[in-house]
Amino acid sequence: MKKLSFKVNLILTIVFLIGVYFFLANANIFGDYWSRIITLIAIYGIMAISYTLVNGITGIFSLGQAGFIAIGAYTSALLTLSIQQKEMSFFIQPLIWPLNSIQIGFFPATIIGGLVAAFFAFLIGYPSLRLTGDYFAIATLAFAEIIRILIQNSYGLTNGTLGLKGISSYTTVWWAWGWLLVTVIVIGSLKFSSYGRALRAISEDPVAAKVMGIDVFRHQMMAFVISGFFAGVSGSLYAHWITTLDPRPASLGVMLTFYVLIMIVIGGLGSISGAIIGAIFFAFVSQWLRMFESNVNFFGFTIPGVPGMSMLMLSAIFILVMIFWRRGVMGKSELSWQSMYNFFKKRVGDENG
Amino acid sequence: MDANLNSFVQNFFNSLSLGGLYALIAVGYTMVYGILRLINFAHGDIFMMGTYFAFYAITLFLLPWWLGFLVAICITGLLGYSIEKIAYRPLRNAPRISSLITAIGVSFFLESFAVVVFGGIPKSFNVYPKFFSEMLVMGKIRIPILTFITIIVTAFLFLFLWVLLYKTKTGLAMRAIAVDIPTTSLMGANVNNVISITFIVGSSFAAVAGILWAMKYPQVQPYMGFTPGLKAFIAAVIGGIGSIQGAIVGGFLLGFLEIMIVGFFPGLAGYRDVFAYVTLVIILMFRPTGIFKVYSEQKV
Amino acid sequence: MKKIFFVFLMGLIVFSALSFSEEVVKIGAALPMTGGIASFGEMVYQGIEIANQMFPTVLGMKVQIILADNRSDKTEAANVISRLINLNGVVGILGEVASSNTMAGGAIAEKAGVPLLSPASTNPLVTQGKQFVSRVCFIDPFQGHVAAVFALKNLKAKTAAVFTDVAQDYSVGLSNFFIKDFTAGGGTVYKEYYQSGDQDFSAQLTDALSHNPDVIYISGYYPEIALMAKQARQLGYTGPFLAGDGAEAPELIKIGGSAVNGLYYTSHFNADHPATKMGEEFVAKYESIYHTPPSALAALGFDTYLVMLNAIERAGSTDPAKINAAIRSTKNFEGATGYITIGDDGNAVKSAVINEVVNGQFTYVTTINP
Repeated sequence: MKKLSFKVNLILTIVFLIGVYFFLANANIFGDYWSRIITLIAIYGIMAISYTLVNGITGIFSLGQAGFIAIGAYTSALLTLSIQQKEMSFFIQPLIWPLNSIQIGFFPATIIGGLVAAFFAFLIGYPSLRLTGDYFAIATLAFAEIIRILIQNSYGLTNGTLGLKGISSYTTVWWAWGWLLVTVIVIGSLKFSSYGRALRAISEDPVAAKVMGIDVFRHQMMAFVISGFFAGVSGSLYAHWITTLDPRPASLGVMLTFYVLIMIVIGGLGSISGAIIGAIFFAFVSQWLRMFESNVNFFGFTIPGVPGMSMLMLSAIFILVMIFWRRGVMGKSELSWQSMYNFFKKRVGDENG
Repeated sequence: MDANLNSFVQNFFNSLSLGGLYALIAVGYTMVYGILRLINFAHGDIFMMGTYFAFYAITLFLLPWWLGFLVAICITGLLGYSIEKIAYRPLRNAPRISSLITAIGVSFFLESFAVVVFGGIPKSFNVYPKFFSEMLVMGKIRIPILTFITIIVTAFLFLFLWVLLYKTKTGLAMRAIAVDIPTTSLMGANVNNVISITFIVGSSFAAVAGILWAMKYPQVQPYMGFTPGLKAFIAAVIGGIGSIQGAIVGGFLLGFLEIMIVGFFPGLAGYRDVFAYVTLVIILMFRPTGIFKVYSEQKV
Repeated sequence: MKKIFFVFLMGLIVFSALSFSEEVVKIGAALPMTGGIASFGEMVYQGIEIANQMFPTVLGMKVQIILADNRSDKTEAANVISRLINLNGVVGILGEVASSNTMAGGAIAEKAGVPLLSPASTNPLVTQGKQFVSRVCFIDPFQGHVAAVFALKNLKAKTAAVFTDVAQDYSVGLSNFFIKDFTAGGGTVYKEYYQSGDQDFSAQLTDALSHNPDVIYISGYYPEIALMAKQARQLGYTGPFLAGDGAEAPELIKIGGSAVNGLYYTSHFNADHPATKMGEEFVAKYESIYHTPPSALAALGFDTYLVMLNAIERAGSTDPAKINAAIRSTKNFEGATGYITIGDDGNAVKSAVINEVVNGQFTYVTTINP
């Protein structure tokens, strides 16, 4: 099969990006609701890519993603909330200084959110990465829960269980997709660089990698911290999309980590394009399945809605994927022009006999 | 001083009963991990399903309470068996991560199933004779009778487990499989059967724990298994995952930790769950294999 | 195999498209149908359904109620409002129930300019600074005051243990208002804290009971009130409980059993003493369907629907902005829970009712006017 030249690849990519640009610019055509969903897809995409960097590419199974997302969300929200809004919300215990008197813009707040999350990733990674396999998963889960419970109880810092509300909805289609592009470029370059190859070697066989001279700990740590940064960024974007933050288990707890896990498993563990595909799938399906939760009018008949149906179907799909299609849509590989060309060439070839 | 002694005694018995419940659930986790190296995330939700089965057996099928409980325990055992057969067995030869992820999926599925079929509204579990809600009053000390019942039932079940593991052939096979599956099967043990029995026993214990839990905290809702399940799992890890004595010791330890700390420092009530996690982290840092070490860490 | 799947998929898509093609007036109902306070959602929805049956049309068009479940969760609360407005295209929304959720959803409704009318959110912050969020019930400064007066005068209480649910804006606000008026009347207060979802209150109760309170005031929601009452009785407390309107749900008695006898609470309505003719009609209709007297929330749900419909009539249009203006100028509208006047601030001024749980029944005690 013909190998596509570099020029062809470049042209196709540019055309694609222009297409995406036009799609996003006219997202409002579909109505406010759909442009919200399109924004959400980008946010999920960043969560998924940052998670697949650790679980898929580096091969260490972390269950702590929700903790970093929460840190990013709270940090940036506390920085962008107006001072009056803070006074109004914090009525059990006033917000500590200096947070109660500053208010900064969305972009710097997001960056700081990411950095703080990355910092915690460093703190958590340091002791946890000494552990292997299941123990590492348990440790990250424990740390994520500790973070969440601390957020839930620190009324002076986070307003505790009352949560934060009235967060300005700064996250537009552009911000979300812009950050997604950055995430893809950064983690993509990482994956295809020598660091990335080292990470893949570590994920295949850490002992052999060590023997080859790769500093396993440093590499895993780096992946973990970078993942933490982007998880924090996604948290900030998410906070400014949903406008309220609630530290209770249902929204920022282990459930969130599970949702992102579903995305990367369906898309293919270790694939960046797979992560995006998984995010798209999750966003659409979970919204679309909601249809079954309210009454539906079908030619005059009302079929009663069943609350909770969407989650039931989603989890059933997930289990089926795990049993019958474990590699997910993309497996470990990436979507590229070459692979699509091969795919179509093969089908055409078959039909022509 | 008198008041403090009273609180202490009350808290002590409370810890025993809570610890017993955690131990019952922890045993299920540890048995499955011992045999399959799988953290069965769905175990907490099996606990929840057991409670709902008991609830419906009595309110919908109008069985007398003791029969309803018995039926529920059996059905839950069956549920554990089915989950293993349908979701875990096909993945037995796949990378361990896949089974772990699938377990998470099953947990999620059971919770959603409960929301859709049983309804998201919490139900009250007032389906047993009033005797169980009575208090034992000794002077100023008031201890619910349920606490003693829990302790007795727990002790009895652990005795049963001990007999099963050390005095029967099946138990011998279970202990052997925990060490090495291929060799045991070469020795003539039917590996699949033994694994199924493990799941049935673990799930039944979880159902008993669920019923006792619902009698203590009479609100049944689909997500009720999440936190106790997680804590029982932590108890199993602290005690040494894979070790049954470890699960029991870990369960009681965690029960005591939780009740005593909040008893002495009521202001820390909001942080109640944190102690379990912090203890877990400490254990993982310094002795990941837990109190009763079963598996050594892979060292090169 | 693939073909069948494809046809099935197409079928589903066509199905979902067809579902949105009738000429109706769409009104959203954002309620907790699952989760911790699902009982509230169910009761409010019962009221809305009855109202819809009795008054199914407005401006010559059929009214379609689109129900969205907020799962008793703040983030979902915001989400469902967005869905109802943007995806379903509703012109007005009835809901939500818990003050925290209405505040979360209110921010979105405010931005979109679609009126949100709450049946039961009583925290003052819900409407503060908002143009598009209103309610048909009284607010907590009044409710806390009523409770304090009742505790001091009727229960002759001098010390109160006040339990606050720190996860709910409603509870925090109501406790504050109660404490203010109770202490102003000469009482002493001991404060305890808990969270929605907690099941064990022995630590807080042991501490509270050591001060021998004359009354225990719990400003949260029924799941925790029921468990708390049970555990307090087990610890030997024989005195009265006092609570806010968050107590009223059949589950309170189902879970609490005999422990909740002697629990008084402030509320909006009692089926034995309806304040208006519409109230009597509503009670009769409800009892004919459900064979049990309606709760305050069902009556409030009923009224919310009626007020919304009345506003659409007076506005003479389905433009959300006009409907909102009409809501805010509702005057002396006869609802089941009383005559409703909604001011410029979005709040209604109404009387409060005090009920007591006697032998497992919600029984009327007295009415307190503003």
